[in-house]
Amino acid sequence: MALKATLNRLDAKGSPYLYVVPFFLLFGIFGLYPLIYTGYVSFNDWNLLDGGEHQWVGLANYREMLQDAYFWNSLGNTLSIWVLSTVPQLLAALWIAHLLNHKLRARTSLRMGVLLPNITSIVAVTIVFTQLFGRDFGMINWLLGLVGVGPIDWQADTWSSHLAIATIVIWRWTGYNALIYLASMQAIPHDLYEAAELDGASSTQQFWRITVPNLRPTIIFTTVISTIGGLQIIAEPLLFAGTSTPTGGSDRQFQTIALFMYEQGFREFRFGYASAIAWTLCLIIAVFAIANFLLTRRIANDEE
Amino acid sequence: MRLSRSARVVAAAAATALALTACGSGSGGDSGSDKITLSVSLFGNFGYQELYKQYEKDHPNIKIQERTADYNAHHRDLATHLATNAGAADIEAVDTGFIAQMREVGKQFTDLGTERESEYLPWKWQASLTKDGQQIGYGTDVGGLAICYRRDLFQQAGLPADRDQVSAAWASGWDKYIELGQQFTKKAPKGTAFFDGGGALYNAVIGQAPVGFYNPDNTVVVSTNPEVRKAWDLVVKAIQANLSAKLVESSPEWNNGFAKGQFATIACPAWMMAKIKDQSKAYAGKWDVAAVPGGGGNWGGSYLTVPKQGKHVDEAKKLAAWLTAPDQQAKVFTTQGLLPSIPALYDKPEVGALKDPFFNNAPVGKIFTTAAKELKPQYQGPRAGDIQTAIRDGLLRVEQGKQSSDQSWTQTVSDVERLAK
Repeated sequence: MALKATLNRLDAKGSPYLYVVPFFLLFGIFGLYPLIYTGYVSFNDWNLLDGGEHQWVGLANYREMLQDAYFWNSLGNTLSIWVLSTVPQLLAALWIAHLLNHKLRARTSLRMGVLLPNITSIVAVTIVFTQLFGRDFGMINWLLGLVGVGPIDWQADTWSSHLAIATIVIWRWTGYNALIYLASMQAIPHDLYEAAELDGASSTQQFWRITVPNLRPTIIFTTVISTIGGLQIIAEPLLFAGTSTPTGGSDRQFQTIALFMYEQGFREFRFGYASAIAWTLCLIIAVFAIANFLLTRRIANDEE
Repeated sequence: MRLSRSARVVAAAAATALALTACGSGSGGDSGSDKITLSVSLFGNFGYQELYKQYEKDHPNIKIQERTADYNAHHRDLATHLATNAGAADIEAVDTGFIAQMREVGKQFTDLGTERESEYLPWKWQASLTKDGQQIGYGTDVGGLAICYRRDLFQQAGLPADRDQVSAAWASGWDKYIELGQQFTKKAPKGTAFFDGGGALYNAVIGQAPVGFYNPDNTVVVSTNPEVRKAWDLVVKAIQANLSAKLVESSPEWNNGFAKGQFATIACPAWMMAKIKDQSKAYAGKWDVAAVPGGGGNWGGSYLTVPKQGKHVDEAKKLAAWLTAPDQQAKVFTTQGLLPSIPALYDKPEVGALKDPFFNNAPVGKIFTTAAKELKPQYQGPRAGDIQTAIRDGLLRVEQGKQSSDQSWTQTVSDVERLAK
């Protein structure tokens, strides 16, 4: 009897650790090791074409990066595209989730429907949108022409290219976030709404007073996730350029950090420099994720 | 029937010749039971599909697998495969813009020897030769230069449409080309520009200079070589005269531009003809080919290399040699329009007298072989391809109205210096 009790206790205490071990093993191999190796590479002058030959240069790559106008340019572009995509995306997701939370006909298929953009291939999505934003024959310019606005060369300018790329991101990720919000909305006790209705609260009031405060942890989660994704954005600006050159437009007007890293690593073959950029990007994301977490927590607290 | 038999005879002869030169390990031909798969990695259409079938028929133990990617992706992947020493195809194509970079890391490639040197245009042979005399690639095609133009649009704009008249009109040089463009623009159909885009036009103009972006000692001379700036100014002049459709070569919008008739002329190395045929099917017979203003030049052309990391290096060498052998190059020219890099072929009737119905029966054989004979070889340095892209972006900034010519030039030069560092 005593043995069985001990075993039970061991099972209860020990097995959870056993269950999470595979994750940490995988993380160690595919996450931690590349991270450390990239860190090591970033302290070297390393030409990719030369194979294994390289030379230790200490912090030189980082020093160069901080003085590199193209690095700062790509950082600015990344932040701009991130803000332009994340804010409207999360607001729209919240709104869509709210709508889907009502009793609707064909509810399940509608709910599945919002996820469709997310499961479509990112390459296909970007190519379609690049056509829509085409300068000469794009549908958006055609629509603008109907209301008397001249054609816009979407790729040529900073603001227009950022807007176009942000649109692609929004289209792709809004439904995904909406589903997360919806799942979390369903956990809100229904009597809260019933009580509010009895008190005469409108649908909008219910949304802001009941739904949003209850969703706080979920909003924090989606904001952090969107930040991580937004700062790493690479496929959309690469494909938006149309010719798979990684400079992000004629004047690097939509070159993001990830794209800049890719250019340095796989066009200029500067393995060490690209690794320094990669590590810096990792740090920036960490800082942003923490700042985001603190900020969104405070906002939600204030509302209460 | 006659063609296929003679080709087979040639193939057999080539195979025998190669078997004599190949070294002994695991010789392919006899052991019919073990099938060897050779992968061939290309960008764009090299016109090899029919040739593979024939080679597989003559070598029952060989199976050939082709994979293609677009120009930039292909060369980037090749570099990555070389860096990690894994993943490269048995035969990898390399374009002129990248061959010098690959030549610098010649130890990654199999030495193809010197047996075929005498067949090739000397400059083509030299361009893929490492400092210590190792040959890393067999030349496939050379660019050559001409101008392809839409004769129906020329007629609508009231210009002479006959190819000899067109060639004569701008024979004295690019300034005449621009003049003709200005005449064209006055009466051209709405939405039609004179040429596709500044970057592509630039490549043709600089391709005629004896020295381009590099001195033969690999120093970059973009900021000091007057030819580079002269070509820039010329293209800017054409842009400012509103002759450009402002399209970037090989972009989806450029492809669209063919179908929508957005431009009337395009700088036309021989390989461009295949692209035009692919994108412009509705205008078959309305395209024509005229001589390039200002004499011969070169833009593009490729090589087949055999990376050392491959499993079947000997078989790959044989296949690469066969695909680039004179008879195969002639065949690729007749089917795909890729101009051979073997000058002995230029006087052969099937090459020199070739006419192309898509281009209004233009004597493309004569036009391109003449261009190739007049061609002044230009040395290509390690980053030539990327420098070309930097200049294209610079001209695009001018086309987009973002910068003045001088501003853009300054930025382009600093971008090039950064690349060459």
